[in-house]
Amino acid sequence: MKPAGFSFHRPRTLNEALDLLAAHGDTAKLIAGGQSLVPVMNMRLAAPAELIDINDLPDLAEIRYQGEFVEVGALTRHHQLAESELVRSRCPLLAQAAATIGHYAIRQRGTIGGSLAHADPTAQLPLIAVTLSAEIDIASSRGRRTLSAADFFLSVMTTALEPDEIVVAIRFPVMVPGEGCAFRFFNRRLSDFAIVAVAATITVEKMRIAGLHLGIGGVAPVPLAYVDLCQRFIGQAADSGRVRELAQAVRDAVEPEDNPRISAEYRRELVQTLTERALTLALDEAKGNAA
Amino acid sequence: MNKVALSLRVNGESHDVVVEPRKLLSDALREDCRLTGTHVGCEHGVCGACTVLVDGRPVRSCLSFAVQAAGHEITTIEAVAQGGQLSALQQALHEEHGLQCGFCTPGIVMTFEAFLRENPDPSEAQIREALSGNLCRCTGYQNIVAAIKKAAAQMQGGGGYVTP
Repeated sequence: MKPAGFSFHRPRTLNEALDLLAAHGDTAKLIAGGQSLVPVMNMRLAAPAELIDINDLPDLAEIRYQGEFVEVGALTRHHQLAESELVRSRCPLLAQAAATIGHYAIRQRGTIGGSLAHADPTAQLPLIAVTLSAEIDIASSRGRRTLSAADFFLSVMTTALEPDEIVVAIRFPVMVPGEGCAFRFFNRRLSDFAIVAVAATITVEKMRIAGLHLGIGGVAPVPLAYVDLCQRFIGQAADSGRVRELAQAVRDAVEPEDNPRISAEYRRELVQTLTERALTLALDEAKGNAA
Repeated sequence: MNKVALSLRVNGESHDVVVEPRKLLSDALREDCRLTGTHVGCEHGVCGACTVLVDGRPVRSCLSFAVQAAGHEITTIEAVAQGGQLSALQQALHEEHGLQCGFCTPGIVMTFEAFLRENPDPSEAQIREALSGNLCRCTGYQNIVAAIKKAAAQMQGGGGYVTP
């Protein structure tokens, strides 16, 4: 359970990191928190020839409020996200989800950029990014580009990142007046990966649904936002009957894998139950946050 | 692979070590710094036995490399008792029978020295959530929870250390 040998690089600037990636991209791995990478290196499931440590790039560790967005640097630790007053007040769904990742010690190290780049299909932060249609800023020595979360995640542990690219920052839309949110998930033991996770925001105006975002993790190779389904409920009454209808609709919409340990039917049950719970909480909060 | 020379700052002392980049911080602490209080259990971040403080934050030393720790302040279990006096948490673990074989204990102490500084008055649910990151196969956790509650109460009452 010791990792294979590698050469170690500790760049001090983003440009230096990008040059290293440009030179070694195919055989290099970036290490930020290392909380997903080092276990797989220790188990020899990954054996990068070069390890590029980006923990010394302070520009990547800032959380900024920018009008309609909270911009989170890729090196922001899960614990910082969970504790940040700015995130808790402006984008509480993100803070709530971050507080449930792994364990206390893991959250001190693990980073949002690392979690997105790792792209575990049941992980919290990819789900929140997809649910809220976050924008992901990416850099390489060739230039910069921005992808929406839905375009960033391609499959299980597979993203649109090229070997020479790095996630720099992620922008999440801030909560608006009349909005409530909730994150609910189910696992068998505390801090295990979720079997199903649900993230929801609902905006209420004049007792009607004015905005709705629903994301589900654990039912597909990537987290999914049910945009068209949500659209059908815009303008309808913001009440518990509609919440139950939505939960039923999303249960019917998901197509989880049937596997011997966890049946598709069980996951559908979880989707319905967790969606109903999350939306009920979000709706209560939305009514409390009325404009 | 070529070894690299680096200086690790552990419990206020500098240790000059020469290690391969792939050497885990946990192994460097035990083998190169000769500080064997940090225990190695699962080596993939699950069991929590190897938890140390890096710049005051609890970290799995099996999930970072010694080369990454240069320039940072590391604290291990060896520095928790001061002048032969147990910390409030260590004393409470002793009094509440919060350990049997003791293998997991250093990781639990390091995790909760940091946790209690950040959360001086935790609920039992918060304690249990944080404790979920440290596996103990002896105690059943009840007495560990009791010890952490007792330590929190004592530390709130003033000072981190219990007078005998």
